[in-house]
Amino acid sequence: MFKVRVIPCLDVKDGRVVKGVNFVDLRDAGDPVEAAIAYDAAGADELCFLDITASHENRGVMLDAVRRTAQACFMPLTVGGGVRRIEDIRALLASGADKVSINTAAVDNRTFVRQAAEKFGGQCVVVAIDAKKVSAEGAPGRWEIFTHGGRRPTGIDAIDFAREVVALGAGEILLTSMDRDGTRQGFDIPLTRAVADAVTVPVIASGGVGNLDHLVAGIRDGHATAVLAASIFHFGEFSVRAAKEYMARAGLPMRLDA
Amino acid sequence: MPSNMLHVAIVDYGINNIRSVRNAVEYCGFDPVISQDRAAIEDASHVILPGVGAFGDAMAKLRARGLDDVLERVVREKGKPFLAVCLGMQLLARASEEHADDGEPHRGLGWLDADIRRIRPNDPELKIPHMGWNTVSKMREHPALAAIRPGNLAFYFVHSFSMHCNDERDVVGCAQYGQSITAIVARDHIVATQFHPEKSQDSGIELLGNFLRWNP
Repeated sequence: MFKVRVIPCLDVKDGRVVKGVNFVDLRDAGDPVEAAIAYDAAGADELCFLDITASHENRGVMLDAVRRTAQACFMPLTVGGGVRRIEDIRALLASGADKVSINTAAVDNRTFVRQAAEKFGGQCVVVAIDAKKVSAEGAPGRWEIFTHGGRRPTGIDAIDFAREVVALGAGEILLTSMDRDGTRQGFDIPLTRAVADAVTVPVIASGGVGNLDHLVAGIRDGHATAVLAASIFHFGEFSVRAAKEYMARAGLPMRLDA
Repeated sequence: MPSNMLHVAIVDYGINNIRSVRNAVEYCGFDPVISQDRAAIEDASHVILPGVGAFGDAMAKLRARGLDDVLERVVREKGKPFLAVCLGMQLLARASEEHADDGEPHRGLGWLDADIRRIRPNDPELKIPHMGWNTVSKMREHPALAAIRPGNLAFYFVHSFSMHCNDERDVVGCAQYGQSITAIVARDHIVATQFHPEKSQDSGIELLGNFLRWNP
């Protein structure tokens, strides 16, 4: 049976995990490779690194972290953050990433999505969409793309944009609600469902997870194929395994140890 | 590792991301060599054909390097144990309809009496690519699956096209995704997986290790 994926996401800055990962048995909670190994052992279905390194000079550090992670963890790895050129994608894939997620560059230059898909195959091109609700309360939902961490509006409709990048060859959408991100109030379900129902490729729901019911809702009500979360896992509040067992009890098809 | 141990050849035909296959072979305790060199492939104990990307492009790259002939000789004539992964498995088919809308289907190596067709799930809610973990049901036993418990037969798939075998005996395992997906095929000393063992955590590493210790 086809399984729902649970994807922990690590924010990495200058080669170090931001906010730390609060696991008891880690020697170095700031090392993305150690965190990746811990998530691997906990049964994560996939892993996501988001590189928030500001300076371009330090990007080599990220490639090294990707390389070391790929030597130790045998699960799919998506890396995003600052992916702007074909060369960035080539370097990440060559280091051992399986997919790259493209955010601002996809908004600025749609052709980049097509070039990436043609060159490397759509299966490794994830477009990360950061969306914010712009419709009035009670009005039919409308969401707009925001860039620069949710600060800069673009006027682009999120659902139209999702359809467009899929037509250009994107193999997956990583959808983050900027309204919910960091709030722990749960995914923006109407947004998730609107995008998931509009495109033919898998949608990963992201932004706002505060408890395990939120993960269930993202799949069941939001129609997402996978769920991504950061802080609920990092702070040791819930283990990935506990999350997957909870989702299985809620009736979702999960990959659990036999 | 004994010093006289033979290496494992991972066929390099100019496609991206074969590092993860090498990492996994190393993790299993074997010595991988990524190569497009005839001698390196001929001298290997086992040969792995990885693959991501588009069918037509991959076949063109194999042919441009003469690797179709090398594989024909090393695998088919000499009978070296051979594992093909994902697109690599699809290349064993006679032909694929991938990107062949305006002409003849792309021709594959034709080692298996099989064709590659677009996945058309009978459930409109199922997304394409078939991307993620899926369970595999065994149609028959195979040494590559030895000692993997049935409950652990879940592997990571990423593909939009799948293999249809005309000879049922070639099919070792299937997954369900709104249609039957051929997941593992095997014939003689050849085995191939549609999923990525190198991305399938413990189950995948076990399968890969089984293959690398296999001496048919």
